[in-house]
Amino acid sequence: MSDLHGQGGRAGAAPLAPGIETVGPDAPQFQVAAAHPRGMERRVALLFIVGLLGFAGFGAAYWQNSTNYFLGLSLGVGFLGLGAGMVAWGKYLMPRGPFSESRHPLGPSVEEKEKFVEDFASRGKVALQRRGFLVKLLSLASAVFGIVAAFPLLRSLGPLPKKLFYTTAWRRGSYLTTAYGRRVHVDDIDVGGVLTVFPGDDIGGALSQTLLIRVGQPGENVVTEPSRANWGPDGYLAFSKVCTHAGCPVGLYQRLTQQLLCPCHQSLFDIGPGRPAVPVFGPAPRPLPQLPLRVDSRGYLRARAGYDEPVGPGFWERGGTT
Amino acid sequence: MIDAVYGWLDDRLNISGSGRKLVNKIFPDHWSFMLGEIALYSFVILLATGVFLSLYFIPSSKQIVYTGSYVPLRGLHVSEAYASTIALSFNVRAGLLMRQMHHWSANIFLGAIVVHMCRVFFTSGFRRPRELNWIIGVNLLILAIFNGFLGYSLPDDLISGTGIRISFSILESIPFVGSYLATFLFGGQFPGSAIIPRFFIIHVLILPAIIAGLLGAHLALIVRNKHTQFRGRGATEKNVVGAPLWPTFFAKTNGFLFLVAAVTAILGAAVQINPIWLYGPYVPYHVSYAVQPDWYMGWLDGALRIMPSWEIHLPGHMVPNAFFPAILLPGVTFTLLMAWPFVEQRITGDRLEHHLLERPRDRPHHTALGAATLSFYFVLFGASATDVLANYLSVSLNFVLWFFRIAIFVVPLVIYPMTLKICRELQHTPGGGKTKRHNIVLRSPEGGYSTVVSQARPGDEPPVLEPVPLDGPELVGAMATGADRRSSGPLGAAATGQGGGVAGASRARGVFRIPRSYR
Ligand code: FES
Repeated sequence: MSDLHGQGGRAGAAPLAPGIETVGPDAPQFQVAAAHPRGMERRVALLFIVGLLGFAGFGAAYWQNSTNYFLGLSLGVGFLGLGAGMVAWGKYLMPRGPFSESRHPLGPSVEEKEKFVEDFASRGKVALQRRGFLVKLLSLASAVFGIVAAFPLLRSLGPLPKKLFYTTAWRRGSYLTTAYGRRVHVDDIDVGGVLTVFPGDDIGGALSQTLLIRVGQPGENVVTEPSRANWGPDGYLAFSKVCTHAGCPVGLYQRLTQQLLCPCHQSLFDIGPGRPAVPVFGPAPRPLPQLPLRVDSRGYLRARAGYDEPVGPGFWERGGTT
Repeated sequence: MIDAVYGWLDDRLNISGSGRKLVNKIFPDHWSFMLGEIALYSFVILLATGVFLSLYFIPSSKQIVYTGSYVPLRGLHVSEAYASTIALSFNVRAGLLMRQMHHWSANIFLGAIVVHMCRVFFTSGFRRPRELNWIIGVNLLILAIFNGFLGYSLPDDLISGTGIRISFSILESIPFVGSYLATFLFGGQFPGSAIIPRFFIIHVLILPAIIAGLLGAHLALIVRNKHTQFRGRGATEKNVVGAPLWPTFFAKTNGFLFLVAAVTAILGAAVQINPIWLYGPYVPYHVSYAVQPDWYMGWLDGALRIMPSWEIHLPGHMVPNAFFPAILLPGVTFTLLMAWPFVEQRITGDRLEHHLLERPRDRPHHTALGAATLSFYFVLFGASATDVLANYLSVSLNFVLWFFRIAIFVVPLVIYPMTLKICRELQHTPGGGKTKRHNIVLRSPEGGYSTVVSQARPGDEPPVLEPVPLDGPELVGAMATGADRRSSGPLGAAATGQGGGVAGASRARGVFRIPRSYR
């Protein structure tokens, strides 16, 4: 404040830094950039009027509950007029410059630094170093607070992952049920057909979603690998629909090649006799888990057991190759 | 009245003291310095439109039967988040415009950040003393990517829901803590019930607050360190040459804010973005084809696609496939980015302060490295469209996949020497990049080529004006005359006559009027 005051009151040019020439107020740097300021002024005025009309148009469009098109366009024209006008004003109707200011050293001077270190360190010595025991106790108390604060902040957020990642809602005897709640009968699907199924108590479940595929004729027992001798009765196979890569639903069954395609990153899985959904293309690293099936006495498809491995993508604790 | 308020505040806050420095602050003039401004202003637009959206959006994944005004969806089970997004698009006046502007400005925000960062990299603007600001900038990029992804996920439509599913799997893939992180963030195994409200609060409060804070620090450091500048027009390491904040830069930059808003509004009006009513609600067992995230996530999606199907198996533990492309790659990317100023200091041994920018051609290896690195990410980005490309070009997916798996290594290796060569050629082009004069290529009778620059004609190059220092108290006032050329030339002279010397000019009719009480 005193700065400005002093400046207003001072008359005559004080000596400038050596090497810098005095530039008078009539120097070209102080003149506006436009060759014809009047004309530019008119242009800027026109732009501001365009802006004003744009905003008025937006008001009208809003009032009339007009379409998105008119609302956005009028708003855009408003901003355009205003913005272009201001830029032109700044560029052509203000002192053209160039002006400069000098840079100053960014770091402290040696003296400043010494003083600060002295103040800080000497006081610190008196207050802290002689009371080492208190410092330690304070740190300990703060650390304990830090740790216990993490409990409500983190632990309350969700359950521990343990079992969640290993089990699905599929149990021994679960009925294969459609998204609409209908139990799947052995006659429901033709050869080459697919259906997304769930256990009856988890319809629509993101983890239990399973793809039922009919690859063979009634009576045909489909064996994908020797250890799964009776998992595919009456030409039916069921695989987890959760991609082992990043969890997308493996939704597309290509009947001719008997392959399942994951649309997210194009992993392909071979399906059929001797083909236990092994990935043959793309980034998926593991086969899709297979759900063991049986047909009950009334002809309904049911799970022989739940999945024997975690479904979906891998995680640290999963381990092993299966 | 204004005088009185100003005086009252000034007595208490000393506005004049700090204010004078501020109004005289010099901002160098170059088109590439506007890139950061675009980012800043899209953030402003994001905040404004985002506040509007938050008044109508319901952050809940509770399933309801849709009964709203969009007929094709009636009777479907959708989440409240999805239904409210459709309602605010169709039933709230200007709602669709605000939503589309919000989404567009998010894309512009990220695009501007990336291009701005390239500008700083290629002109070596990150060198001492600006390493800290470079690091802040990289963190802003990371946060912007995260927040963009969260916002994109909120409407709970089929495409973004698939993205959330993938992000759960990516979290899950982190060694040691992955499964805990995933269940804690989602409130259980996927899909959990907490994710929409949690994403919402992170998207509208936590991340914007951090971004705003870092942006403040970013700008404060620019003020503290003063802006970098290109050579020429009298620019040296010891000064800043350009236009003062008040009024020239103020007018231009605010005008620019409105121009960015104009582009966003016109895009929001005319170019449809993310029509979630066409995608349908998220159903965990549905998936649509050609699933692609917003462009700034494209490189990660591409990396997920071209990664070979490897996993690391350890006794009782494993490192899943998604870890490498989706955690390790971005981790390494951003760590290297942040470390780059220091890595470069090691290589060049140059630990001096630099305020003058380099032209990219003058540091050929630096530029070539930058270009090669960029091309790596461009290839990854391209790889996020493997399926679309295979369809479009009618080639096998297998071919496209292997093309990208090879290109990711070959392209950077080709780009590096190419850029090096171009830089060196440009260095030898006389006067190139400085003037608009013609280069004449001559062919000698022996068949050799050489280049000369055409003679300057009068008017080709306007006389270069010496910069006028504004930090001496004497000259500040002279700005006030701001004489119009031709029309009112004598005004400056009149001021001089009246006050005697330059200082008198500050008493003339000015751009900044000194309150009466201070005269
Ligand atoms: S999620 Fe299936 S291929 Fe990536």
